[in-house]
Amino acid sequence: MKELKVLAVVVFFSLLVYWGVEPFAHGQMHKHVDSDKFAYSDLPEITKEGDAANGGNLVMGAGACLGCHSIESQGMPAPMDAGTAAASYGVNPPDLSNIGALYDEKFLAELIKNPAHALNVEHKFDPAAGKMHPMVAFYGAGGDIDQEVADMVAYFKSIAPKEISPKEAFDNACGRCHAMRYDKYTQLGDIPEFKYEKDALAYQIKVLEYQDHLKKYMGTLPPDLSMIIRARSAHYLETFVENPQTQLAGTSMPRVGLSKEGYEKVEAYLTEIGDPSKPQREAIGPWVLGFFLIFSILAFLWKKHQWRDLH
Amino acid sequence: MAKFDENARPFSEKWLDERLGVVTLKKVLSTEYWIPKDINFLWAMGMVLAATFGLLLISGIFLLMYYKPDAALAFDSVNYTIMTEVGYGWLWRHIHGVGASIVFLIIYIHMFTGIYYGSYKKGREMIWISGMLLFVAFSAEAFSGYMLPWGQMSYWAGMVITNLFSGGSLEAYGLVEWIRGDYVPGDAFLTRFFMLHVLLLPLVIIGLIVLHFGTLRLPHVNNQKGEEIDFEEAAELYKAGKKKESKVIPFNPVFLSKDVFVMGVYFILFFYLVFYHFDFAMDPVNFDPADGLKTPPHIYPEWYFLWSYEILRPFNKDLGLIAFGIAQIALFFLPFIDRSPNVAPAHKRGLFNIWFWVLLVDMIVLTILGKLPPEGIYNDLGLVAAIVFLLLGPALFVITKMEKKI
Amino acid sequence: MKEQGRRDFMGMALGGFTALGGLGALYAMKRSWDPLPSVKAAGFTTIDLSAAQENVLNIEKWRGKPIFVLKKSADMKADDRDVVVGSDRFHVSIGLCTHLGCIPAYLPGEKIFRCACHGGEFDASGHEIFGPPPSPLEIPPFKLEGTTIVLGEEGPEFIKMKDAGLIA
Repeated sequence: MKELKVLAVVVFFSLLVYWGVEPFAHGQMHKHVDSDKFAYSDLPEITKEGDAANGGNLVMGAGACLGCHSIESQGMPAPMDAGTAAASYGVNPPDLSNIGALYDEKFLAELIKNPAHALNVEHKFDPAAGKMHPMVAFYGAGGDIDQEVADMVAYFKSIAPKEISPKEAFDNACGRCHAMRYDKYTQLGDIPEFKYEKDALAYQIKVLEYQDHLKKYMGTLPPDLSMIIRARSAHYLETFVENPQTQLAGTSMPRVGLSKEGYEKVEAYLTEIGDPSKPQREAIGPWVLGFFLIFSILAFLWKKHQWRDLH
Repeated sequence: MAKFDENARPFSEKWLDERLGVVTLKKVLSTEYWIPKDINFLWAMGMVLAATFGLLLISGIFLLMYYKPDAALAFDSVNYTIMTEVGYGWLWRHIHGVGASIVFLIIYIHMFTGIYYGSYKKGREMIWISGMLLFVAFSAEAFSGYMLPWGQMSYWAGMVITNLFSGGSLEAYGLVEWIRGDYVPGDAFLTRFFMLHVLLLPLVIIGLIVLHFGTLRLPHVNNQKGEEIDFEEAAELYKAGKKKESKVIPFNPVFLSKDVFVMGVYFILFFYLVFYHFDFAMDPVNFDPADGLKTPPHIYPEWYFLWSYEILRPFNKDLGLIAFGIAQIALFFLPFIDRSPNVAPAHKRGLFNIWFWVLLVDMIVLTILGKLPPEGIYNDLGLVAAIVFLLLGPALFVITKMEKKI
Repeated sequence: MKEQGRRDFMGMALGGFTALGGLGALYAMKRSWDPLPSVKAAGFTTIDLSAAQENVLNIEKWRGKPIFVLKKSADMKADDRDVVVGSDRFHVSIGLCTHLGCIPAYLPGEKIFRCACHGGEFDASGHEIFGPPPSPLEIPPFKLEGTTIVLGEEGPEFIKMKDAGLIA
């Protein structure tokens, strides 16, 4: 039928334009980065069997983790508040309660031994030039260092909770540098409710002071992530979090080291805040499309009827 | 004073007809508004456009209820309040965003249909010109609307497009600042483009739509063969019941039934995009808030402006601006450049047929190149495509001058 | 005529089906007009009653409306509408005259509320005693939590008043 031929021509050229301005153009604009599927293949495998009990002793040991980090779930509070910590280190060191469930174990092991390397920020921190990473590397407690590190990782895995909410994952992995204003969340955590404006402003000043330290440490204030799920493609976000340098060479953002499950949690939180209509969209979509399908069928029958005497 | 039937029941058809002329109106506008029978689905694009405009209007009304035209609040009022708080706010925004993009696809199809079938010739010049005015008004509406979410693309598009008004070497930066009401696109710029988008331009568009419909009434709609029809004679045949012999059909309900079917199919596509594939119309980059100190790595206009943007790019500043200016107005003159005596589909018109497909392909090539980074081979291709576009005007004049009467 | 009838049938089927879709669209539009979740979530106000002084009217804000909180002195008549905290009695109401919605002023000397708009008066328990007000000052939904009162939630004391038909 002639009309279908006309339709085919219209569809062909429309799709050609679409292909040109969307998949083709974006393919040309952005270099392709392959996902490593959170395997961290550049980091060495853990060869030793970890002993959680010994790891616990090492973590709690003098001069080890607790000088800077808290382990709230084990009743170990932070040695200083977030603002003071940021003033000293540039950023508030994370709580270690659930890191065993969020991060890749190879990453954790390397982080303990060589933070700048694990975090992929060696371009920023060069001990030879006197620029030390604020996290001090673990030099061993006298025994086999690989065994000790494996023990510590085993300990963190043993104390990690079974279930971590998407928000907790974000809080630990991203939330000390990135705010999330659509969830009323800043680098200091959820913004409390204040009855008096004076108190609200005082809190805001605390946030700004923290952000100033962060700015000095990172070179720029890391962006608010409220809309990031819609501002970047899923593939970009995944590969960027996996290794920021691949997408943005020279960025001061460290490698986060999330495991695949950990990243899925973070992504779920970003979606929940940045694109909360997604479930509703998916629920209503088929109904609307179904409606117009039936509408078209009825309209076709009506048209056929109207036109039946004309030819 | 006309005569009024004292006994007519209030609001009955007779009563209304005596006061408003509804019977005549209905005949003139619908049941005896004659449309040629020899048409295909492309003739439904006008009604599809009207329906899309309706969707844009309705979704726009609901967006307007929570949108805040303020450089400090605009981004969050769209992305937080409307997208997450307002019940079905996301639906209105997706309809509005997808509609704004798709309406141009339909406009282009509608335009190329007109060019292919010679529907701008011999008494139909005003249809073409009013249609082109609508295209310009829609472009302005699209651009002003694109400013409103106040994301990175809004800001930088505002920056680049308003800079065009400096006129190249004329360096009329005073004019640019006057347009912006500021040295850079700021609050004043946002609020005035908000005014344009929600008041002035919609009024202009609605006026132009009425004009565009009006221009159709006397010369009538063209048909697939470009045949000149004696509409009165054909209408008499139809009314006498000789529907097979008559070459016309009434707008309502016969032509409308086909329109509605095409609309139904179109809405399936439209709402598929609204629910599942909105990214192409709502650029991810615009979900980053406007930042006057950071240009995104790639900026490009929405796809429907790409062909004219690409005409600007390959030349130097002044030449580019002149070429861009010519491209903007060239199509207005189509009915006067085309000297051919024939109203016929392109495939019956020899060299014109080639001209038509070259135009279509060239505009698509320009569109695709317009989004690519301006480097290497793309620059050379862009220059060639832009020159081809500029030469198509004189070429049309020569080709149609030689064209013989069929 | 028969032809007309069939045309109408197909056209009407389509029209009816379109109307169905229109209803769906109207529902979405109605939802867009609803108060935002953040507005509803902000519909709770907590007031600490322990610092109140006798016969001094405190005006708080709840859902954009003024709320009267008056600690009763011993000489004021007890009322079923009072909010009782320990041995203290409070009059808590929405501070809008039930006549046409102006805010009445409290006169501590006379221990009454008087509305400047049309002269309506209420006693210290909020009962209308003079002028056009048709009903007592309305009591907002409240819930007692120790010495604080949460407005916007229906606690047992409020439900008891509501069941007794005392809230307005």
